[in-house]
Amino acid sequence: MGKHVLLVEDELNIIEAIRFLLSREGWQVDTHSNGTDAAQIIRERKPDLVVLDVMLPGKSGFDILEELRGHEETEDLPVLMLTARGQSRDREMAEKAGVSRFMTKPFSNTEVLTAVRDLLYVHGQRT
Amino acid sequence: MASLNALIAVCLVYVFLLFCVAFLAERAGMKGRAGWLLRSPLVYTLSLSIYCTAWTFYGAVGYAARSGLEYVTIYLGPSLVIVGWWWILRRLVRIGRSHKVTSIADLISSRYGKSNALAIVVTVMAVIGVTPYIALQLQSVTSSLSIFAAAEQGGFNQGTEAASAALWIAIGLALFTVLFGTRNLNVNERHHGVVIAVAVEAVVKLIALLAVGVFVVWGIAGGVSETLARIDASALGTWQIDGSRWAGLTFVSAAAFLCLPRMFQVMVVENDDERHLQIASWAFPLYLMLMSLFVVPIAVIGLDLLPKGSNPDFFVLSLPLSQGREGLATLSFLGGFSSATSMVIVATLALSTMVSNHVVMPIFLYLRQGGATQSGDVRNVVLLSRRLSILGIIGLGYVYYQASGGSGALAAIGLISFAGVAQFLPAMLGGIFWRGATRIGALAGLGVGFALWVFTMLLPSFGPDVFLSAATFDNGLLGVGWLRPQALFGIPGMDPTIHAIFWSLLLNAVSFALVSLMTFPHPLERLQGAQFVNVFEHSAQTRGWQASVAESEDLMIMAQRILGASEAQRLFQAEAAGQGRRGYLPEPTPDFLQRLERELAGSVGAATAHAMIGQIVGGSSVSVQDLLAVADESAQMLEYSSQLEVKSRELSQTAAQLRNANAKLTQLSHQKDAFLSQISHELRTPMTSIRAFSEILRDTDGLGAIEKAKYANIIHVEAIRLTRLLDDLLDLSVLENGQVTLNMQTGSLVDLLDRAIATAQASEARNIRIDRRRLEETVELHTDLDRLGQVFINLITNAQKYCGADDPVLKIAVSRQGEAVVVDFMDNGPGIPRASRDVMFEKFSRIGAEDSNGAGLGLAICREIMTRLGGDVTYLDGTGGTAFRVVLPQAQALAAQ
Repeated sequence: MGKHVLLVEDELNIIEAIRFLLSREGWQVDTHSNGTDAAQIIRERKPDLVVLDVMLPGKSGFDILEELRGHEETEDLPVLMLTARGQSRDREMAEKAGVSRFMTKPFSNTEVLTAVRDLLYVHGQRT
Repeated sequence: MASLNALIAVCLVYVFLLFCVAFLAERAGMKGRAGWLLRSPLVYTLSLSIYCTAWTFYGAVGYAARSGLEYVTIYLGPSLVIVGWWWILRRLVRIGRSHKVTSIADLISSRYGKSNALAIVVTVMAVIGVTPYIALQLQSVTSSLSIFAAAEQGGFNQGTEAASAALWIAIGLALFTVLFGTRNLNVNERHHGVVIAVAVEAVVKLIALLAVGVFVVWGIAGGVSETLARIDASALGTWQIDGSRWAGLTFVSAAAFLCLPRMFQVMVVENDDERHLQIASWAFPLYLMLMSLFVVPIAVIGLDLLPKGSNPDFFVLSLPLSQGREGLATLSFLGGFSSATSMVIVATLALSTMVSNHVVMPIFLYLRQGGATQSGDVRNVVLLSRRLSILGIIGLGYVYYQASGGSGALAAIGLISFAGVAQFLPAMLGGIFWRGATRIGALAGLGVGFALWVFTMLLPSFGPDVFLSAATFDNGLLGVGWLRPQALFGIPGMDPTIHAIFWSLLLNAVSFALVSLMTFPHPLERLQGAQFVNVFEHSAQTRGWQASVAESEDLMIMAQRILGASEAQRLFQAEAAGQGRRGYLPEPTPDFLQRLERELAGSVGAATAHAMIGQIVGGSSVSVQDLLAVADESAQMLEYSSQLEVKSRELSQTAAQLRNANAKLTQLSHQKDAFLSQISHELRTPMTSIRAFSEILRDTDGLGAIEKAKYANIIHVEAIRLTRLLDDLLDLSVLENGQVTLNMQTGSLVDLLDRAIATAQASEARNIRIDRRRLEETVELHTDLDRLGQVFINLITNAQKYCGADDPVLKIAVSRQGEAVVVDFMDNGPGIPRASRDVMFEKFSRIGAEDSNGAGLGLAICREIMTRLGGDVTYLDGTGGTAFRVVLPQAQALAAQ
């Protein structure tokens, strides 16, 4: 059975690329491109993993992550964060906010796949 | 005549020796050697003996022969003054030293606000008062020579020989004084050489008088008891003591001791050390006692042995001569000669200082100021005026001697001088003890006293019908009965001398006091008065506190206020510990008070500190000078603190500027961080797509041709986006740094817009309808057409991308605003929210355009370009849609329409 991945990203081409990569692995890929209601959408759709961009229109990825960690149902949800800002401070902020994995763009496809696989596997083990 | 010539030769040798002594002393003094001698209390005491002139040397015996023991009063007065030195002399010396007083005229004028009129009055009075005295010396030397001559050949021919001898003596004395006293100038008017010479002469005259005395008592009378027996038998033993004369004479000699210009010179001006007074206070009375020791024996024996009619004034000389003791007589003559010369030298020196400083120099300076400016050496002028003054003063003495006919007892002439200078006493003592004394008061007292002295003493001394007619003597001035010179106010029967002294000094003092009370001193006078009267509180030597009554606790409280609690406690505790006391209150020893004053002075200034401690210790009240000093300090502090204020204002301004700069820097730094983040994001985003799809293309087997083409196209588009982004960034960087070189060209606006619209439409898929009025656009421009075109393209492209209307229309309107050309771009979209308008020209500010792949640099670049071109691009409000206004400056819009 395919795991459910929610991709929160506003760049059309990047959505296209990630969707292609994850779909080929047999996971169900869902997308959302607005930051404002992203956390609510995540709680509604209850994905197994979230791939979260930082610079989103409306609300930043950090805020969304904090909101997720503040809710009981999503506090353990694996979140892979992707950012194009590439500053070390961003990684610290992400880790403080409770990110599961943090990667800078441009990423290697293999790394993304490995990361998603790890997260889904570890998460699966736990639950 | 041989022995008379020998006597003159001896005198010349003696004078030469004295001159050598003076010369050597002066040279040693200049080289700083022999200070122990030059500045010894002994020399000081001996120099005071110029009080004993020829009058004392010869005249005392005469006085005793005529009036018994009354001569003692002449010694009593000075002795009282110097024994009580603590009271007046110390004060005079302290004032003289701290105010660099050069003469009694200087002292009085300085005390009363440096009044030159007063100085002139005192100088004139002193010259007139001392002239008889100088005449007296001339007379005594001349007479003593005459005694010698008489012993040989029956005396001088009174008419010519005595007169010419007196003239020669006067000339000799004048030369002597000029040589001694004006060889060089000294700021302090000190003459070490003269003082030493005077001291030597003091020794000579003492030895001479003692030698004569010893000879008379043991050589003639045959012992002390025989001498005493002869005294008892003589008329001297039965002289009645006249109380009023004794008191009067003692008083006037005491006054003269203080006021005589020559005494002031040696006592105050030449004083090197205040402590010398202490020694002199017993040594000088001792000297006087030795001088007077044999006066009575000599008088009695002289009266016994010498023929009736011999002048008792010269017993000292004639007794040894009558016994054939020429050597002793010569010594005695030298003693008298010493007395006369030392007095004349110092007196004329003192007077010439006064005359030249207060009369000649002011006139000279006044005249020179009026005339052309000369660069003459004032020093030479001063020396010349000194020398002329000396000649003039001795000349006056000679004239007086001639006028008074060389007659009259020595003592009588001496008393006239004494009474004359005693007129200075009220003004002088009042000046140093009474702060209320005023200049006008001093002038009044001096004037009244002097006038009375002239009228009752000086003029009558010449005898009737010389200056005052016999009728005046008998009936009073102008026939007014109570103006009789020797019976003022119709009170007859007084001794003429006492009468003159009594009335002149009494009315002098009374007018001085009354006028002082009625007048007000001007500020300088007030200040000088305070300094003179409080000289001990002000001069450095007595600044130490004597604080037996000081309250440690009060001091502590004050110190805490000024130094701060902890500092003050530390200071007091340390002192208490040092004294072995417990707690923090030490014994207020003078040392501690001084240290405390120093500490306080560091905070509040010396004068204030002194006044504060003075207040608590209670030893001194705060004087005008203290207050002035405090005011001075406060003014300085005020200035200092206002400087500090200015500084602190400057500092706080600088600090504010720094804060602003720092805030700006921080902001810039944040902006830079944000900018870098933005750039990073803008660059990484297309790169992410490129990398992801290139890896997909590389790693994925069995991709369909359509997918391959689609992904390759994405890579292509993103690569172009990346390139454009880099172009924009570089462009912006160049524009922002001002490194751009404008390529100025001439062209028409309409052509430029045509090209811009064409370019925009070619590059953007979404189209927009353009609404223009070509006629308006026929404006010739001289500007960088490419850059301006870039702006237009950007604005048109933005409208194409973001208009958002169903039927997008862009209206381009050209108008003139004064000389400037205005191009408006207005679309029919929803417009831009107000909040975003502020930031839309900033870099990377994208406004709600999710689907745009622009980096948000376009408008920033537009603004930069327009700034470079000297124009502007702004958001145009109120059109309903989104609207931008481009303004071109007038210089770039050519007149051709």
